[in-house]
Amino acid sequence: MVVRELELDLDAFEGPFDLLLTLVLREELDLAEIDVAAIVISFVELLAERETLDLEACGEFLVLVSALLELKARSLFPDEAAELADLGPEEAAEELARRLAEYRRMKEAAAWLAERLADSRQRFFRLGPAPLAPRPEPRKLAPQDPTQLAAALRALAAEPPQVSLSHMALRFPPVALFVERFRALLQRRRLFDFDHEVAGMSRIEIAVAFLALLELRKQDEIAIQQAAPFAPIRIARANVERSHSWTVRSA
Amino acid sequence: MDRPLRLIAANPLDALARIIEGLLVVATAPLSREELCEATNESEERIETALGLLGERHREGRSGIVLERVAGGWAFRASRDAAEACARLFERPVQRGLSQAALETVAIVAYLGPVSRPEIARIRGVAADSAVAGLLERGLIAEAGREAGAGGAVRYRTTPLFERVFALESLAALPRLDDLGDDADAIRERLARVAEQRTA
Repeated sequence: MVVRELELDLDAFEGPFDLLLTLVLREELDLAEIDVAAIVISFVELLAERETLDLEACGEFLVLVSALLELKARSLFPDEAAELADLGPEEAAEELARRLAEYRRMKEAAAWLAERLADSRQRFFRLGPAPLAPRPEPRKLAPQDPTQLAAALRALAAEPPQVSLSHMALRFPPVALFVERFRALLQRRRLFDFDHEVAGMSRIEIAVAFLALLELRKQDEIAIQQAAPFAPIRIARANVERSHSWTVRSA
Repeated sequence: MDRPLRLIAANPLDALARIIEGLLVVATAPLSREELCEATNESEERIETALGLLGERHREGRSGIVLERVAGGWAFRASRDAAEACARLFERPVQRGLSQAALETVAIVAYLGPVSRPEIARIRGVAADSAVAGLLERGLIAEAGREAGAGGAVRYRTTPLFERVFALESLAALPRLDDLGDDADAIRERLARVAEQRTA
């Protein structure tokens, strides 16, 4: 019988024993996940199947499995090893016994639960996903004055002011009209004063007239001068020589 | 004229019992006394009495639906007579195939919870990762905060579903740990005996 070929079927591993050892040594399998007792049980079962007792195999197995167990114990409780080492032999035995007792009680508790589970094999009941809708947290509000609410409502209930439609009726004179007018003016005169020309016009007309000026300036037909902000705007026929430097566009 | 009046007055609890019956049919988890009070707008005392009436009506041998007190509340389940037929039609994914590792882990969580994975591993001597993951997936345990300190491990506790699956009225219905297993003294004696044999 070859121990290495012992077939294992554990929770965390399925395959031959030597593969398990290889994976553990390569740290590809966490020994903490391996139930060593289950390995021993598998081996003992295999032994039981055979009629003759293979002492050599038993010895080999014992060596391997005890090494595995030591490795596992060390990896499971690295800190506790130091913890227990600090204790005297008496205290260490005490601590060990305490832990064993604790585990034993839990094993008993598990057995009790298993019994109960077997007993409840005949209990069928309805299960659902979220059974009850989570209750919304009750909102806590500071005491409020009802008149404040009334005031807020009153403000909301007031009729909104009538929207002015007056701008819909506005007429915009065409820019071209002023362009023509200024061109004609400049044929007669070399220079004119913008403010003078638009005196008495409405704001809209003045704005459109100004757009016409910009248009003419863009086409290099006129030169615009203003001595200072808000000073009168002077319009002159474009000076061809100067217009070139102007087209480099400050505009 | 006074006969129908007396009839209504004679058994007002019956009406309440019917309402509770309806609530329990709709619920997919046990309803607590408080929940029943809130839903019915009735006093705890009357709810208790109505539940007593209901329990009498829905008990093993008398009804296919049995009222049981479980997981801190009341719920309906199928009667034992119906279990075999139920088993042919319905799965019980929570209970099915709970391994020894899972049972030990859930026992530790039930008794010691909230408890972290490292603590469970320490008691069982095996890493608890897969057992905890399986129990979480079944809904038998749930996260319950973390251990104190930065990066503390997640702690777990059992859920009401655990109580329901194991037919426990509450966690208090678990047997006392002292009643289970050997105590530390007995184990120490055994250890000492083994040690003596070795040195002998």
